[in-house]
Amino acid sequence: MIELFRNPSYNFIGRRSWAYIASAVFIAIGIASLVAKGGLKYDIDFAGGTLIQVRFAEPPRIERIRATLVAIQLGDSVIQEFGDPREFIIRMPLTATNAEEVTRRVQAALTSDASLGKVEIRRVEFVGPQVGRDLQLQAVYAVLTGLLCMLLYIAFRFDLKGGVAAIVAVFHDVLVSLTALSLTDREFSLSVLAALLTIIGYSVNDTIVAYDRLRENRGKFVLKGQTFEQQMNTAINQTLSRTVLTALTVFFSTAILLFFGGKVLEDMAFTLFVGVITGTYSTVYIAGALVVDWTSFVEGRFRRSKKAVAKA
Amino acid sequence: MPRNLWQRVSLVAVVVLGSVWFLYPPTRTINLGLDLQGGIHLVLGVETDKHVASQTDRAAEDLKATLERKGIALRRIARDGDATVVVELASPESWNDALTAASELQNFERRDEDQAAGRFRLVMRERVINQLRDDAVRQGLETIRNRVDQFGVAEPTITRQGNDRILIQLPGIHDVARAKALIGKTALLEFKLLDERVSVEEALKGNLPDTDEILYQRRVDPDAKSERKIPYVVQKRALLTGAELTRAEVQADPNSPGNWQVSIEFTATGTRIFGEVTEQNVGKHLAIVLDGNVYSAPRINERIPGGRAVITGQFTVNEARDLAIVLRAGALPAPVTILEERTVGPSLGADSIRQGLIAITASAVIVFVFMLVYYRVAGLIANIGLGLNLLMLMACMAAFGATLTLPGIAGIALTIGMAVDTNILIFERIREELQVGKTPRSAIEAGFRRAFTIIVDTHATVLVTAMILYNFGTGPVRGFAVSLFVGLAASLFSAYFFSRLLFDVMYVGRRKVERVSI
Repeated sequence: MIELFRNPSYNFIGRRSWAYIASAVFIAIGIASLVAKGGLKYDIDFAGGTLIQVRFAEPPRIERIRATLVAIQLGDSVIQEFGDPREFIIRMPLTATNAEEVTRRVQAALTSDASLGKVEIRRVEFVGPQVGRDLQLQAVYAVLTGLLCMLLYIAFRFDLKGGVAAIVAVFHDVLVSLTALSLTDREFSLSVLAALLTIIGYSVNDTIVAYDRLRENRGKFVLKGQTFEQQMNTAINQTLSRTVLTALTVFFSTAILLFFGGKVLEDMAFTLFVGVITGTYSTVYIAGALVVDWTSFVEGRFRRSKKAVAKA
Repeated sequence: MPRNLWQRVSLVAVVVLGSVWFLYPPTRTINLGLDLQGGIHLVLGVETDKHVASQTDRAAEDLKATLERKGIALRRIARDGDATVVVELASPESWNDALTAASELQNFERRDEDQAAGRFRLVMRERVINQLRDDAVRQGLETIRNRVDQFGVAEPTITRQGNDRILIQLPGIHDVARAKALIGKTALLEFKLLDERVSVEEALKGNLPDTDEILYQRRVDPDAKSERKIPYVVQKRALLTGAELTRAEVQADPNSPGNWQVSIEFTATGTRIFGEVTEQNVGKHLAIVLDGNVYSAPRINERIPGGRAVITGQFTVNEARDLAIVLRAGALPAPVTILEERTVGPSLGADSIRQGLIAITASAVIVFVFMLVYYRVAGLIANIGLGLNLLMLMACMAAFGATLTLPGIAGIALTIGMAVDTNILIFERIREELQVGKTPRSAIEAGFRRAFTIIVDTHATVLVTAMILYNFGTGPVRGFAVSLFVGLAASLFSAYFFSRLLFDVMYVGRRKVERVSI
């Protein structure tokens, strides 16, 4: 029988201050990066604009493409190689001219330049300003609704304290994913948002397993004499091999998507990839640890107020 | 033997056979999204304000005609904003008669009455405005559906989105410019008389009666490839519109070889009006105007009784064909603008499918091997369950007509990783029970029982987020939500119910079980 862990008893909760510091530092780096780069880089889904994906018969020089676009006053477009040296993505910000006109001009310019060779337009996307703005708002609602539903679910199945701690952990995962996106200069698109919401569901999922174990143990009175901190640590250790095994299988799936899923899915796969790692980490170090700290804080106040009563 | 074994086996058999039945043949039963098979996705915004404004214009014109018939002189009657008509009488004496006439317009409320000045305003009722806006979108949707049907697109999606948006998806169509022209053209056909009392030069200087307007004809010079715009002074009032049209056909243009024209035929009412108009205006020019552009302005030589006319304008055969389609399908009640457009070429879709299949296969292989190595026979059971899960996932998508998109493929790959979680939860629990010294049979029993509630919990959280995602998302992202949701829901059956059955068959049925391979 292969076992990852045999009766593990790592002191996770005891080392929680290190985890708090590590998370705080990483998120601080993320916020700094976001501020330095002027916020998240939005994909055209949210920012609006036109995107054209083209494929040439022969790998062209990027300066040639730029020169061609400058000739039609679209020199400020972003030109990026896309997964293959023959394939490029050209992004244009919203302009007064409509998407059809822009596409027609780009196509005409690229085909008329003989030095670029044969060109195929593979994808055109245009998102108008209203649609982008609506989506930004809806995206925020979607994430908040997701968090709220998870909070309610855990509050209903376990308790409010656990719910709040789990939500903080999940929010932490969202922040870490956004940090990773910002550090790697990736764009925030609809599919990245989908990945974030999936992470919200997945990360809570892990946390519930640990809470459930904690409750089961308390019901059995086997842990009499242990502090709450120790009980939580035991529950996390007991569910550790399941947490890590599931994380591994999901991790495999997302890694394969990231490396073999193709360029269009790359950002989504990347977010899922980061999310699985941070989701697993936050179950152990954030959600469990916060419940412990909160409980001891409340108990401390309770004890103090009792003492005050006794004195009086 | 464990309880109900045969019932459970038959249930699984029914599910498997049902899945295969829904799924066969997969190339025809699975709906591919636009990002996989290529095509056009458009979101149109309907300018509903313009529909309200045109109805207000019509009311103003009606009132003006009524007042003129009653001999009430007007200083001014005009639309102000989208839904208000300002009426100024020449003298306050006819005030009461004017009010009576105005009260016939039941869709409007009278406001700001000033009898001394002979002035009042008519404001369209809020209820009517909302109704008109709704009509504009509904009629627009109907008209566009009609045009797309006549154009011939297999399985188009044309639905309303929100208050004033129309979503159009045309799979397999790659001539974007032509499709957009066909869908987005207002196609308001009008017949208007030229005002030959006013010279074009004067009109261009701005000396124009308010009943007239300047419209242009575009002519392309085929040799120089340059475009000329010829101005015409026409009366604003349309004598006849495309609403009175029954047929529109493409013909070769006899006067200009290589060009095509569209011949149209009017309804009975249209034929009568056309006959009267041509009879009363022999010798004058009648402009044929489409969406504010003059196509031709032929001289009326005699009364035209048959109710037929021809629209010429240097059309190619495709342009003429599309024009005939939009004329037959009717005009849009209000203009539309393109808010969002996504076009995917067929080669990119094919690439995406290939890469998606690679990702799913690789992900399945790794998880299969992992489970087999780690859990041995139990792992094999989990893997068979996983296979059943994928089969059910695809069958559900086929049965409900759900659309598989590229993010949807990612959802399937992710489902593979997440679905085995159920098995991992159960197996880890069984191992624990074995460790505390339970017999294999009771360990299996306890493992499945104890893991059940937590399996429900873990499924619930991801299913809830998938539902939120479905609610929020557009096309491709919805596909992701769908495959995640269906995949996980199916895993409750395949990873819990089905693997329990396999365990029962293998271990619990036998009288003596020495050890479990887990």
